[in-house]
Amino acid sequence: MDRPTPLLQIHDLRLQYRVYGGALQVLDGVHLHVHVGEKVGLVGETGCGKTSTMKAVLRVLPMPPAQITGGSIRFKGQEILAMDPRTLQQVRGRGISMIFQDPTAALNPVFTVGQQLEAVLRSHWGRRADRGEIRAAALAALEEVALADPDRLLDAYPVQLSGGMRQRICIAMALATKPELLIADEPGTALDVTIQDQVLRLLHNLVEERNTSVILISHSLGIVRQLTDRVYVMYAGTMVESAPTRKLFTHPGHPYTQQLMEVVPRLSGGGIAPGIPGRIPDYLDPPTGCRFHPRCPHAMEICRREKPPAFSLDQDHQVACFLYDPAQGSPAP
Amino acid sequence: MSSLNPSRTAASPRAWRELERASRRENWGRAWYKFSHNPLSVVGLITVATIVLLALLAPYVTPYPEHAGPFTDFQNAKQPPSLRHPFGTDVVGRDVFTRTVFGFRFSLTMGVVVLALVVPPGVLLGLLAGYYHGTWVDTLIMRVTDIFLAVPPLILALAIASVLEPNLFNSMLAVSLMWWPWYTRLVYGLTAQMRNEYFTVSAEIMGASRWHILFREILPNCVSPIFTKMSLDMGWVILIGASLSFVGLGVQPPKPGLGTMVANGARYLPDLWWIALFPALAIVVIVLGFNLLGDGLRDLFAAEEI
Amino acid sequence: MQIAAFIVRRAVHSVVVLLGLSMVIFVISRILPGDPARVAAGARAPDWVVDNLREQMHLNDPLPVQYVYWLRDAVQGDLGLSLVTRRNVAQDILELFPATFELALYAGVMMAILGVGLGAVSARHKDRWLDNLVRVLSYMGVVTPSFVWAILFLLVFGFTLGWLPTLGRLTEGLQPPPRITGLYTVDALLTGRVEVFWDALQHIVSPALALAMGSIAQQARITRSAMADNLGKDYIAALRALGVPERVVMNRFLLKPSLIPTVSILGLDFAATMSNAFLVELIFNWPGISRYGINAMLRKDLNAIAGVILVLGVVFIVANILVDMAVAYLDPRIRLRTARGR
Repeated sequence: MDRPTPLLQIHDLRLQYRVYGGALQVLDGVHLHVHVGEKVGLVGETGCGKTSTMKAVLRVLPMPPAQITGGSIRFKGQEILAMDPRTLQQVRGRGISMIFQDPTAALNPVFTVGQQLEAVLRSHWGRRADRGEIRAAALAALEEVALADPDRLLDAYPVQLSGGMRQRICIAMALATKPELLIADEPGTALDVTIQDQVLRLLHNLVEERNTSVILISHSLGIVRQLTDRVYVMYAGTMVESAPTRKLFTHPGHPYTQQLMEVVPRLSGGGIAPGIPGRIPDYLDPPTGCRFHPRCPHAMEICRREKPPAFSLDQDHQVACFLYDPAQGSPAP
Repeated sequence: MSSLNPSRTAASPRAWRELERASRRENWGRAWYKFSHNPLSVVGLITVATIVLLALLAPYVTPYPEHAGPFTDFQNAKQPPSLRHPFGTDVVGRDVFTRTVFGFRFSLTMGVVVLALVVPPGVLLGLLAGYYHGTWVDTLIMRVTDIFLAVPPLILALAIASVLEPNLFNSMLAVSLMWWPWYTRLVYGLTAQMRNEYFTVSAEIMGASRWHILFREILPNCVSPIFTKMSLDMGWVILIGASLSFVGLGVQPPKPGLGTMVANGARYLPDLWWIALFPALAIVVIVLGFNLLGDGLRDLFAAEEI
Repeated sequence: MQIAAFIVRRAVHSVVVLLGLSMVIFVISRILPGDPARVAAGARAPDWVVDNLREQMHLNDPLPVQYVYWLRDAVQGDLGLSLVTRRNVAQDILELFPATFELALYAGVMMAILGVGLGAVSARHKDRWLDNLVRVLSYMGVVTPSFVWAILFLLVFGFTLGWLPTLGRLTEGLQPPPRITGLYTVDALLTGRVEVFWDALQHIVSPALALAMGSIAQQARITRSAMADNLGKDYIAALRALGVPERVVMNRFLLKPSLIPTVSILGLDFAATMSNAFLVELIFNWPGISRYGINAMLRKDLNAIAGVILVLGVVFIVANILVDMAVAYLDPRIRLRTARGR
């Protein structure tokens, strides 16, 4: 492989939450990489560890109770997990920035929009910036996300704004630092569909313009299909499949991905999809071997015993499933 | 309808009941795990249990039970702590240890009686005001509550205790008069909020009576905060009781109130330090015990993280 | 405009509460068997004088009417004669109030600085030894009655170490500063008498600290738990994730939302401090209104009792309003909701 070093490379990340009766094995060997300029999707059911993975990347998980028990996260080859606070702060915002899932929770209720946005700007401009410059930059940031009357908005408190406005402000804050990699955690899910659509379009245009790399977290396959080049599928804290978007949708490899495709409601289809039988596993005592095996229609003996490594279907299509193990010799479905 | 209520699980079929029992067992197990994994809570529990036992069995576990009353033995007066008198003796020769243990009796009585007088009416008023949120019932009850809350509690308790005859019973009465609004306010807030939650609304739609909604749907959900507050309040009531005794408006000598003993002993400081020190420590220990216990309960009932 | 409407509504509310309080006090002052007219006239006055006085004092009227007269007098500052000092209660209170107020003021400053400071330190070093130390100390602070602290400080600072004077507001023989505000430390500074200021300051440290201990501990606990709670919020994670320095996140964006519960409790504690001061005033022989009140209670001096409670009630209510305003200032959610008229 003579591709350049990826922008972000997560290798075998393991994470647990200490709780009553033991530790939740939230992430169990997550791999992911993003190249410069790439738009990567990350899909999976609610609670499968998408947000935890991304918060771990920026080291903003509450620790304790969270605890990283293994693996590495490299940004441009540098190990984030070993960074000293000063270097880390350089990476945050400028290197990688993040749009949080719920814009209402992500804005401090007792500070104005301007105070928060300007604090972010000031952290990256350092001492040399004067008040006027920062204010101007803040105004520009709001204008970029197509917010009318930015002057008034800067002095408003989050409670005074609509959900759509808060979402746009979160986007503005995350992009104001001109990051190389933007993590967008389910942007717009809290909004109604038309506004969500507008917000996603806006986000898409902004990152296209700047050629920002993106990790888009979503549980909506439709959104991921439209906006990304490559997709990772997560199930219960493990990465089960990665493939170019088009390939994933035409030839889903992992049984979980296949079922996920089927449950997407189609307007033209008749009735409701059968859904995926079974339920999300218990993280306290996760299934041995492949975490999906209790729900998998193709489960084999080995799936109960061993954790499947990633098998390559193609150079750019990996599936963590023994169905694709040449040694098993059984034909892929 | 009740399946929506977080404090009640689904009713009827046997399978459900089995599930309910199992989940309740699991909840207790989880609660005990959380509680017992905080050493401070366990210390609180043990402290409170020990003090309650000591107080109940005071006549049997103390070396000189007769010293709890008007007893004098000037030959043995002013003895520093020794094996015979672990906390020493006071100026008329009474065993301070015995009197301290008996002092727990008055403190605990004060706490229990005040809470027994205060919690039922306070909670009932809070339920009513919260349920009839926005009506005249709410306004009337909460304005009266405001008035009582607007008075510095200790001073009015003192005033009432002084206008009545100063003794233990009247001091309990006085403190009770000042204490009920806190429960009203607590339950009012909870009720007003729960009033609009789905489980109440759905019970209402299904034609449940007001009585049912108030006492079977809402009240059970208020139990844990009330319980937590009671445990913390035990400590505060005991503290206030000791303060009243300290200025002579509570337990009257020769009965051994902890506050009374500190007040009397303070006159002989610093030479006869043990007369005031041990009752003072006893107050600290009993209040600390109830606080630790109450905090443990509060952590328990607070929303689970993650 | 918003704030003005807020204050007006709060003031109306307070007047209602104050009226209610006055009724409670009136009822208390009339519970006791005894004849206020006889008390006022003196034990040796002839019966006809007492009868006249009773008529003058409206004591033959029904209770509600009596209440109206009593209230009218109270509003005009006439709280009746003290049975003990034989002086107008209002005059006594006016003279003694500044002493208690000064004590409470110093205690309040200690609560705010030490309480919030310790809490913030504790939250910053959560679950490390410093945090555990602060938590143990604050438990001790909360559960130890103020009279025990008072005795302890008196013994340790006053007698054993001899660092601080023990009793009263000033060393005996030292002339109090001319009365401007009634607060010795302030008046001494205003009149440029540094040695009096220094002496008064030394006198106030132990009683103020004894009074503040419980609240310091309480503030520390509340601040710590509020900060620890908010530390896990997404808005803190979001600022960190965007590279805002840890120092700024902690001292600005975490501190302000965490101060809201602290400020509300702090204000109430400050008001309560004035009336809880009696234990400390008794022990330190502090000539304040609380000690006056407790002596009145022990001697059943009804007018004095009513006067003291009324004054302390007013202080309590004013403090409540100030707290509400402070919280509204800190928390835009409350401010904006109020403005919309809820």
